[in-house]
Amino acid sequence: MRNLRIGLWALVAVVIGLFALFAIQLSRPKDDSVESRMIGKPVPEFALKPIVAGRPGLTSADLKDGQPKLLNIFASWCVPCAAEAPQLAELEAHGADIVGVAIRDRPEDVARFLDFYGDPYSRIGGDDLSEVQIDIGSSGVPETFIVDGKGTIRYQHIGDIREDDVPLLLQKLNEAAK
Amino acid sequence: MKALIAIGMVMMAFCAFPLSVFAQDNMPPAPYAYRQLDDPQQERKARELMETLRCLTCQSQSIADSDAPMAGDMRHQVRTRIAAGQEPAQIRQWLMDRYGDYISYTPRVNSVTWPLFAIPAIVLLLAGLAVWRRIGRRQNYKGDE
Repeated sequence: MRNLRIGLWALVAVVIGLFALFAIQLSRPKDDSVESRMIGKPVPEFALKPIVAGRPGLTSADLKDGQPKLLNIFASWCVPCAAEAPQLAELEAHGADIVGVAIRDRPEDVARFLDFYGDPYSRIGGDDLSEVQIDIGSSGVPETFIVDGKGTIRYQHIGDIREDDVPLLLQKLNEAAK
Repeated sequence: MKALIAIGMVMMAFCAFPLSVFAQDNMPPAPYAYRQLDDPQQERKARELMETLRCLTCQSQSIADSDAPMAGDMRHQVRTRIAAGQEPAQIRQWLMDRYGDYISYTPRVNSVTWPLFAIPAIVLLLAGLAVWRRIGRRQNYKGDE
């Protein structure tokens, strides 16, 4: 009888514990973003062809020229990429060197996108098979990586850059310059 | 009251048509996104691996199940790497080095997941113990007769 009572209380405790676990987990905000594990590692080797006329393409060697860079992964078909254009312009105005990787994009579409939303890029490589995107651990567009002058990935920003993200990105870029 | 109903309807409309941020591109799919490898044995290997890799833009599907362009590009990677002679475990590791455990549907034991493996073992042990004790008791009872 005594054993039974202890058993029942144990059961109650287990159920309460389970509900407490649900409550904790359900009250956490949902976070679907998948962070790249490549931060702190060198950029993978790649060579992307130019995608708009008169603008050089992008290779991994360009990311090792001694200057830290913002590596912006974007696409003309991506709505949030248009939304972050003013912030990219602002970063460029603050002296950031921004290089672009255009994911699964056509030259004419990229040209139209740049005409319309502004063009902060010093180089743009076309990534038709998302090869560089996968190799760098990016899971969507837009994403922005900070790469230091030696080609080491230092920081990843997932999603479009909002107005209040700009100071942090500039700070990370400064840190990468040291 | 009418205002409330109107607000409710607007909210329902938003739920039914969530803002589509995952627009699609106009590019053709990657060469090996939908094309099988010529060697059926290699294709089977690739297929088995693709079924256990998570699509990144549609996180409840495997890349084998998804028509998202990025899933197609990942299938292309898997198939071309298999065709080049890489082992599935090698390709899985290559992706896990980039995306972490998230990309893989095959769970590994680590500091977060160990209860998943430990709890069933403990439950089985306890159940076994309970059964053993009960059988033991019944045999004792028979012995007394």
